[in-house]
Amino acid sequence: MRVPLSWLREYVDLPATETGRDVQAKLISAGLEVETVEQLGADLKGPLVVGQVLTIEELTEFKKPIRYCTVDVGHANGTGEPQEIICGARNFKEGDKVVVALPGAVLPGDFQIAERKTYGRMSRGMICSSDELNMGDDGSKGIIVLPPETEIGKDAVELLELVDEVLDIAVTPDRGYCLSLRGIAREAATAYGLPLRDPALLDVPAPNAHGYPVKISDPHGCDRFTARTVSGLDPEARSPIWLQRRLQKAGMRPISLAVDITNYVMLELGQPLHAYDRHRVQGAIGVRRAEQGEKFTTLDGVKRVLDAEDLVITDDRGPIGLAGVMGGANTEIADSVTDPETGEIQGTTEVVIEAAHFDAISIARTARRHKLSSEASRRFERGVDPAAAAAAAQRTVDLLVLLAGGTADAGVTEVAAPSAPRTITIPANHPDKVAGVDYGRETVVRRLQEVGCDVYGQDELVVTVPSWRPDLTDPNDLAEEVVRLEGYENLPSTLPKPPAGLGLTARQRLHSRVGRALAGAGYVEALNYPFIGDAVLDQLMLPADDARRRTVKLVNPLSDEEPALRTTLLPGLLGALRRNDGRGSHDLALFETGLVFRPTGDEPVPVRLPVDRRPTDEEIAGLNAALPKQPRRVAVVLAGAREQAGWWGKGYPAGWADAVEAARVVAREAGVRLDIRADQHEPWHPGRCAALYATVDGEETLVGHAGELHPRVVKSLGLPERTSAMEMDLDLLQRASDGLPQGPRISSFPVATQDVALVVDRSVPAAEVEKTLREGAGELLESIRLFDVYESEQLGADKKSLAYALRFRAADRTLTVEEASAARDAAVALAAERTGAVLRGA
Amino acid sequence: MSAPNKSYDPVEVEALKPEEIERMRDEALAAFAAAADLEQLQEAKVAHTGGTSPLALANREIGALPPHAKADAGKRVGQARGAVSKALAARQAELEAERDARVLVEEAVDVTLPYDRVPAGARHPLTTMMERVADVFVCMGYEVAEGPEVEAEWFNFDALNFTPDHPARQMQDTFFVQSPKGADGDESGVILRTHTSPVQARALLDREPPVYIVCPGRVYRTDELDATHTPVFHQIELLAVDEGLTMADLKGTLDHMVQSLFGADMKTRLRPNYFPFTEPSAEMDMLCYVCRGESVGNPDKACRTCSSEGWIELGGCGMVNPRVLVACGVDPEKYSGFAFGFGIERMLMFRHNVEDMRDMVEGDVRFTRPFGMEI
Repeated sequence: MRVPLSWLREYVDLPATETGRDVQAKLISAGLEVETVEQLGADLKGPLVVGQVLTIEELTEFKKPIRYCTVDVGHANGTGEPQEIICGARNFKEGDKVVVALPGAVLPGDFQIAERKTYGRMSRGMICSSDELNMGDDGSKGIIVLPPETEIGKDAVELLELVDEVLDIAVTPDRGYCLSLRGIAREAATAYGLPLRDPALLDVPAPNAHGYPVKISDPHGCDRFTARTVSGLDPEARSPIWLQRRLQKAGMRPISLAVDITNYVMLELGQPLHAYDRHRVQGAIGVRRAEQGEKFTTLDGVKRVLDAEDLVITDDRGPIGLAGVMGGANTEIADSVTDPETGEIQGTTEVVIEAAHFDAISIARTARRHKLSSEASRRFERGVDPAAAAAAAQRTVDLLVLLAGGTADAGVTEVAAPSAPRTITIPANHPDKVAGVDYGRETVVRRLQEVGCDVYGQDELVVTVPSWRPDLTDPNDLAEEVVRLEGYENLPSTLPKPPAGLGLTARQRLHSRVGRALAGAGYVEALNYPFIGDAVLDQLMLPADDARRRTVKLVNPLSDEEPALRTTLLPGLLGALRRNDGRGSHDLALFETGLVFRPTGDEPVPVRLPVDRRPTDEEIAGLNAALPKQPRRVAVVLAGAREQAGWWGKGYPAGWADAVEAARVVAREAGVRLDIRADQHEPWHPGRCAALYATVDGEETLVGHAGELHPRVVKSLGLPERTSAMEMDLDLLQRASDGLPQGPRISSFPVATQDVALVVDRSVPAAEVEKTLREGAGELLESIRLFDVYESEQLGADKKSLAYALRFRAADRTLTVEEASAARDAAVALAAERTGAVLRGA
Repeated sequence: MSAPNKSYDPVEVEALKPEEIERMRDEALAAFAAAADLEQLQEAKVAHTGGTSPLALANREIGALPPHAKADAGKRVGQARGAVSKALAARQAELEAERDARVLVEEAVDVTLPYDRVPAGARHPLTTMMERVADVFVCMGYEVAEGPEVEAEWFNFDALNFTPDHPARQMQDTFFVQSPKGADGDESGVILRTHTSPVQARALLDREPPVYIVCPGRVYRTDELDATHTPVFHQIELLAVDEGLTMADLKGTLDHMVQSLFGADMKTRLRPNYFPFTEPSAEMDMLCYVCRGESVGNPDKACRTCSSEGWIELGGCGMVNPRVLVACGVDPEKYSGFAFGFGIERMLMFRHNVEDMRDMVEGDVRFTRPFGMEI
C-alpha cells in the first residue's frame, strides 16, 4: 500500500514538522511494515510553469520529426514574450496547455535545463512529459496536456503536487483494513494520539425500493450488496489533476473519470467498487455461483472458463463480473469517443455502482484458480469492512456528481444478510499476562477503544470488535493490539527457567561426532540439494529393480530433469566432486551426512485431520504412515591424491582402501566393528567393492558399501579416474552400537611377539585369515596386525603371502617362549584348516 | 707384573713412591687434556683408569706393604685416582658438550618447510552454525528435537493454524509431493517442509509440558537459487511451552541468544508482524554487531552489514497461538508459550561476511575449509 503523506494529512492533523521518516518510525513501532519512504520531487527545481502552445513549426530535415514551438508562459520568464522551445514529442497541438521547464530548472536525475542551440534553433526550455517529472504512469507516455482552464504562468510544481513523500507499506495478511488511507490514518492517529477524521462517516440515505434491482442467490458468498445509480454524466469530463496525482502516487494509472473515482474511493476507504455502464446492463443484477464450465470474458480481455465455486455478478444475459475480482468486458465503462461525422462526444452517461461484500475464502480461491490477483481481490481476501459499503457507494456518487456533472438517483438498493457484531470476552488482565507487563485495566480498555472496539465490564471485559477488523477473533488477538500500541520496544527482558534438560540424544551426538571424525581425517563437508532425476540413476548403472530407483516425486520440481528426491547421497556428492575438479581442485575428499528418502510405493494418502483437538495416536500414526522412510546417511567420495608427494617423499593416490577406511572411521565413532566382505553392487567396481556389515538388534545387517567406483560410472559422470566412494546408513549404525565402552584390564607383564607369514590362495579374504588366527590363538593373543602382503612368481600366480605380527600376553604372569609358540602354532593350525594357509618357509 | 710381596720393603716398591704416583697422575691428566674427541678420551680412559693402568697396578701393590705403610700409600694413590677420575669426568662433559653442539647444528632442519601431506578437512559452516546456536540453548536446558523433511501437510500447516486457503500453502512456495499413484493421483497430503515449525507440533504431541526445545534443520521452498535465495535452506526454531510464559520471556531469551553469539552488549528489537502460528507475533531484529547502530544517520560511518539501518532482521517470533496448543492437545488455559525461528544462511552471511548464498550450496572446498570444525 502506497500512502502519499499529503493525502494522509487529510484525515489526521499530523504536526507540520513531521517528515515521512518520522511517520515511518511511528507506524513501524505500531506494527506496520513501512518498507520505504519515497521522496517525490526531492531533486526537482523550478522554474516549472504552465504554458500554452502558440505555434508549432514542423522541422523535417532531421532523422526524426522535430517541432519548433513557441509557448506563452505569461510573465514566468520575466519578459512575457513567447518562449521558443524545440520538442521531439508529438502528442500535443497548438492551443494546448503544457508544463514548461524554463532555463535554470533541474528535473529528476539532475537533468539541468538551459538555453541551448539544437536542431539549428535556439531552445529556451523544455515541454515536459510525465516521465521526465517522475510522476508515475499516466497512460500517455508523452507530453502532459493540462486541462484547458489551467492558468498560464502558474507554478506547475504546486499544480501537479510534484513534491511529496510516499510511504510504501507491506501489509500483512491479517490487516486488510490497512489497504486503505482510512486504515493507515487510524493507525497514524493512534500512534500520534490525535483524532481521526473518518472518511467513512458520511450521511447515507436509507435504502428504498426504487433502487436498481439486485437479487442475491448466495447470501453466504455475498452478504451485502449496495447499488446506486448516477445519470447525466458528462462523457467529456476528465479526472482533475489532484485525483490523477493521488492515484499515480498510490501506484495506480488514471484511466477515465468514472473508473478513477471508483479506484480513488477504494484507496480511500478500502472498499472495492465497480461501475457498470447502465445502458449495457440488461435487467436485474444477480449474485450467484457460476455454472461449471460457464464462459466469461473479463475486463482484461481474457476469456475464462468458470468453476462452480466461482461467485459471479450477472444480468439477464449471464455473468457480467467475476465477483470481487474483476468486472466483465460486456458492461465496461465506455471510453469517450468523438463521432467523426457529428463531432458529438459519446461515452457512458449513466452508471450503476456496486459496493458489495464477498466471502474472503471464495474470492481467494477464485483469484487463485484464474491466476487473477486484482486490487479488489487482494482486499477481499484480507477482509473488507462490510459496514463501509454504503459510505463507499455514497462517496462515489458524490464524486461523480461533483466531477462528472452527474445527478444522483434517489433509488438506493441495499441487500444485507443479517449479522450481529462479534464480541470476545477476556479477563481484563489477559494482555498483562501475555506480555508479562502490568498494563492495568484502564490502559487495556483505552487501547482497545483506540482500535475501534466497544469495551464493557470490569474484571471480565466484553469486547465488541469493529467491523473492519475481521482478524480479531481470539483473546490473544486483543492482547496483541494492546501490546503493540503500548510498544513492543517497551517489553522487559526476562529469562524463563527451563527444567534441567538431557542434552543431545545419542543419535544427535553420533551425527556430530561423525562430522568431526571425517573432517579430522581430511574430508570436507558438502551439503548438496537432494533433487535427482532418472538420468543420474542410469549413470550410476543401477539395475531396473534397484530399490534406489523407487523415489519420492515432486508435483512442482524446480527442474523437470530432477523431479525426484535422492535415495542415495552419491549423486549430489559426486556432483560436488566434479564441480571442484572442474574448478581446479583435483585432490579431493568430500563427505555429507543427510536424509535420503525411501518410499515403499504403498504409502496411503493421509486423512485431513481436524485442528480443534489433539489427534488420536492412531491418527498420528496414519499421518506418519503416509511419509517415506527417511534414514540419515553418511557418504564420502575421493579422487586425486590422498597423500601428496613432497619433500618428505612420495604421495599416494586416493583409492578403494581410503573409502573403506572412511567407513571404519565412522563405525569407530559409533562404537561398532564392521565386518567387511567383498561384494558386487552398483555403482562400485565389481572387483573393488566392499559390503559393510554390522550387528543390528542381534542380526547381521548390511549397513553400506565402500570401494572404487565402476570405471563406466566414472566415465559417464565425468569424474576423475579411480574415484572412490563410501555410503552408510547412520541410523542403522547407531542401533548397532554396543553401548558403553567397557574398561579393559591392562596387564603389566611383558609382551611376547611372534611373526608368521602365511601363504593362501589369492581369493581368500585377509579378513577371513585374521579371524581364524584370532580364534586359533586363543585368549593369550593381545593383538594381531597384518604388516605385509606379498605376491610373487615364486609363490605362484594365484597365491599371496600374508605376514602377521602376533602379540601375546597373559594377565597374571610372564609368558614362556613355549607358551607363546604353542598359541601361535594353534593359530596357524586353525588358519591352515579353515583357509588352506601354509606357513611360509615351512 | 709384580705380585704382592709381604717381605718387600715398601720403600723398595718403585711404583708407590710419591713422585711416581704424581707422575702417573699428571700423565693421566695430560692425556685427558690432550684427547681431542670422545674416542681419544675413551682410549686415554682405558690407558689411565683401566685395570692395567699404572695407577690401578700401583693400587694393587698397596696390599704388599706393611700395615704401617699401607695407610700412607693408600691415601696417596686414592687421592691421585680421585683427581684422575674427576678430570676424566670433566673432560668427558666438555667433549660431549662440544660434540652435542656440533651434531645438533649439523642435524638442524628448515622448520619452515610446508607439510600439506594430507590437506585439512572441515565441516560445513551451516552445520557448525546450527550446532553453535543449538548449543546456546542446550546449555540453558533446552533439548534438540528433529522431524522428517518430507512432512505431512497437517504438521506443516494445519496444526500451525494455517487455514486451507492460506497463501503460504499455495504452489508458489511449497514443494508438493506426488501421491504414490503418480502425477495423476490425488493430492498426496505430503510436502517438503517449508519451515522447521512442524517439529513444534510433533514435539508438543510427543512430550508433556513443560516443553523447551530447539529444532535445527533443512527446509524447502520453491525459490530459484541466486545470491540471496536458495530452494533448500536451514532454519533453527525454538519452542517453549510452560505455565506463565510471557512475551518478556521471549524477549529475554532472544537477547540472551544474540549476546551469546555476538557479544555481551547486543540486544534485540521486536516489531509487530503476523504469523498464523503465533499471536501476538513479531519480527525480530538484532542490533548490527558490526556498527552497533553507529552508522544510522552517519554517512561517514556507512555500514554494509546493516545497510546503515543499525539493525539486522533475524526472523519471526511470537507467543504460540493458543489454537496451535489446542491442535496439539495442550491446555491453553494452563499453558502458554513462545517460539521463534530464523534462517541459518542469513546468519552465516552477516556473522561471517559471506556475500553469495551460492557459495554455501556448491560444495567448493575452497569456501568450506577455512571454517574448520566449529564457528
